[in-house]
Amino acid sequence: MSLRIAMETRQDVLVIRLQGELDHHTAEELRSKVDDILRTPQIRHIVLSLADLAFMDSSGIGVILGRFKQIAARSGEMYVCSINPTIYRIFEMSGLFKVIKFRENEADALLVLGVA
Amino acid sequence: MTVQRNFMSVSFAALSQNEAFARVAVASFISHLDITMDELEEMKTVISEAVTNAIIHGYDENPEGVVHISVRIDEGTVEVVVEDNGKGIEDVEQAMQPLYTTKPELERSGMGFTIMENFMDSLEVATAIGKGTTVRLTKRLSFAKALQN
Ligand SMILES: Nc1ncnc2c1ncn2[C@@H]1O[C@H](COP(=O)(O)OP(=O)(O)O)[C@@H](O)[C@H]1O
Ligand SMILES: [Mg+2]
Repeated sequence: MSLRIAMETRQDVLVIRLQGELDHHTAEELRSKVDDILRTPQIRHIVLSLADLAFMDSSGIGVILGRFKQIAARSGEMYVCSINPTIYRIFEMSGLFKVIKFRENEADALLVLGVA
Repeated sequence: MTVQRNFMSVSFAALSQNEAFARVAVASFISHLDITMDELEEMKTVISEAVTNAIIHGYDENPEGVVHISVRIDEGTVEVVVEDNGKGIEDVEQAMQPLYTTKPELERSGMGFTIMENFMDSLEVATAIGKGTTVRLTKRLSFAKALQN
């Protein structure tokens, strides 16, 4: 099982839906795909939808924080939703919830960002 | 209660696509145990952390490098050893600090050792500069703890 990346833009929001496994091997593709889209200056916010992400290790933390820094520089926000319990603990341990906002599901996050 | 003792070892090239192989190999070896879903996910995560470290840090992603894993099951305790013959760690205490990484340019988070410590009962690192690194992790599974009580 590898990583499947689906992306959708809604106004100034980039929605990233991940399916499969995010590790050092698959992080590179995610990084380059997201960075390509982030060249569009209109995008300010990111919603990471992880309902179908079965596995993530600390390589995922690195790639997520890297994208967060880019949108934070545009005064944007990052939301993450639908995380499985093990991945939730990894987020918690890494202190990611201090800067990235958690929502139960994608619809909630889109609602807060006004693009539901 | 049946007495369970088992052992396996596997070696593979230091290629990033083998990280997924390592997780699956260990998970399938221990899956016959009375292990919870959470415990299995934790084991997969720590294998991934230790193997990724061997590949990225130990061998600087040189595919000539070989990573060795062994797993020992002893009555509800699982011991995993991940070994490389790479460059070694200069200061282990510093390396184990949360958020400490020597490769920030690769967007490493510095959380690997912290995750290993949190998901397992014990973590030991033996290392020598220019010789390599051995990470030994153990976890007593919850079914074994329950039987004990
Ligand atoms: N097998 C290894 N060989 C050499 N150095 C290592 C090894 N494992 C870890 N290290 C060192 O320890 C540091 C911390 O590791 P870790 O907590 O996994 O964070 P990260 O991998 O994100 O850098 C690494 O940056 C590296 O300097
Ligand atoms: Mg690491």
